[in-house]
Amino acid sequence: MTGAILLAGVGNEYRSDDGLGIFAAREIRRRNIPGVQVQEFNGEGTAMMEAWEKHNSVIIVDAISSGAAIGDVRRLDAVNEEIPADFFRYSSHAFGILEAIAMARQLHRLPETLLLYGIEGKHFDVGIGLTDAVLRSMPALLSHIEDELRQLCNHLPKAAR
Amino acid sequence: MKNRVIKVDTLARVEGEGAVFVRITDGKVVDTKFRIYEPPRFFEAFLRGRNFAEAPDITARICGICPVAYQMSAVHAIEDAFEITVGGQLRALRRLIYCGEWIESHVLHVYMLHAPDFLGYEDALQLAKEKPDLVKTALRMKKIGNELVRIIGGREIHPINVKVGGFYRIPRKKDLQALVDDLTWARDRAVETVRLTATFDFPDLEQDYDFVALRHPDEYPFNGGQFVSTSGLDIAIREYEFHFEERHIPHSNALHSVQKGIGAYQVGPMARFNLNFDQLTPVARQVAQQVGVVPPVKNPFKSIVVRSIETVYAYEEALRLIAEYEEPDAPSVRVDPQAGLGFGASEAPRGTLYHRYRLDDEGVIMDAKIVPPTAQNQPSIESDMRKYVTANIDMDREQLTWRVEQAIRNYDPCISCATHFVKISWE
Repeated sequence: MTGAILLAGVGNEYRSDDGLGIFAAREIRRRNIPGVQVQEFNGEGTAMMEAWEKHNSVIIVDAISSGAAIGDVRRLDAVNEEIPADFFRYSSHAFGILEAIAMARQLHRLPETLLLYGIEGKHFDVGIGLTDAVLRSMPALLSHIEDELRQLCNHLPKAAR
Repeated sequence: MKNRVIKVDTLARVEGEGAVFVRITDGKVVDTKFRIYEPPRFFEAFLRGRNFAEAPDITARICGICPVAYQMSAVHAIEDAFEITVGGQLRALRRLIYCGEWIESHVLHVYMLHAPDFLGYEDALQLAKEKPDLVKTALRMKKIGNELVRIIGGREIHPINVKVGGFYRIPRKKDLQALVDDLTWARDRAVETVRLTATFDFPDLEQDYDFVALRHPDEYPFNGGQFVSTSGLDIAIREYEFHFEERHIPHSNALHSVQKGIGAYQVGPMARFNLNFDQLTPVARQVAQQVGVVPPVKNPFKSIVVRSIETVYAYEEALRLIAEYEEPDAPSVRVDPQAGLGFGASEAPRGTLYHRYRLDDEGVIMDAKIVPPTAQNQPSIESDMRKYVTANIDMDREQLTWRVEQAIRNYDPCISCATHFVKISWE
């Protein structure tokens, strides 16, 4: 799958809004966007670094807990922007996404494009189901991601689409 | 400073959020609390009324670092209830996927979470900056564990190929053999890791723990065996609840496990090592002897060396299992549900994980009980904190806080994730 785009849904579907990345990944998978590989992750950073190595472009979707309004949709360019330390507050691991990004940068292992998408969540306790405000924002998030994926796809060589 | 409180508020970035609390009054430690919030209670309720076949996938979600352990304890317990035995190459494959999980988890903990403490770095990022080749080696060592889990489990995160009775599909011999060169390389790096970690400076802390682990007549323990302990316990897995109980502790929503009549006990690498040293491979035993880390190991800070020795074992056991692997005729044995009570235990990287299920004659789960390793180690963690702070009561505040965090990390608890990001406030 080298060269194709990776859509990485991150989270735990049994931890309320922490499952939104998994939810989004499954929705995107159903849309069958050519050239896009969809994979689910639990947020353990080194496994994500390994997955990046096989792709030039990566989009990560995860729950956000930054103190913004519940349901806010966010996008960050991890290659070119600074990521707030508490962005993915509930990513579940000591060595999570932010550490993986920082380490990949340190070791020159970042993909060419690495975008972070997410929705500000409310509940991160054990439990099933997304908060209403998160669910209401989901169509907008999916639409942004799909547009982005299709644009990235247009830049792929034809054979990889 | 005679009166002070070390307090770590609820920790984010965790499998089960935790908090740390130490109160010092008149120069004496009067209270230590290590609080964790664990998900098993939710999952026990969630499992009720579900079909037995859902248990491996559901319990795999309890811990992102050790899904295989949860799957293994679940399938063993349900197979016990159904009076099914899974043997031969299917059992060997279960050991092999467990090797993968131990490799992933132990390498992650040794290099990314624990080694920075001993090497004087704030975290793994700083380690990567100062010693990039060491971190690159560690990442490659861990990746081989991920590969093993992916090939057998279907994918590396929340494996989907494990079922009651065996697997949904069996891995090809050639896919496993393709890992042999990498595993051999990694085994040698793991031996070097033992030598490296053995040179670390270990804070002075020893306790006479009652170590508890599984023991199997022929193997270093992953799946099954008997529960044994330093104090002479030797019982079948199904007798676990006669000897151990969980108690509600006001400061934690996790249940503390204690051994009846004894109290605190310790599970995990040091327990397995001290109780099963003779079952390690010659290479693992030899390097342990060379670096002078042999049973009984009682200093919890040395768990990083023991974890490294177990990593050597996991690579070696994987190599042995792959060399002997023959693709079985069927991916699983026949499963006929029957009403009953089943018990299962296996050795998660961080310690023994016990499951018990009651099922009806259609295989619907009526009742589930899950005792994770961190709950069993919680009283020992608090005891270590108390002893260490007491012995170092005049230590500089920042240094003492760091050592307390490090003492917690010795156990690789589910919150090990959190403790690198802990903000400690002093009163």
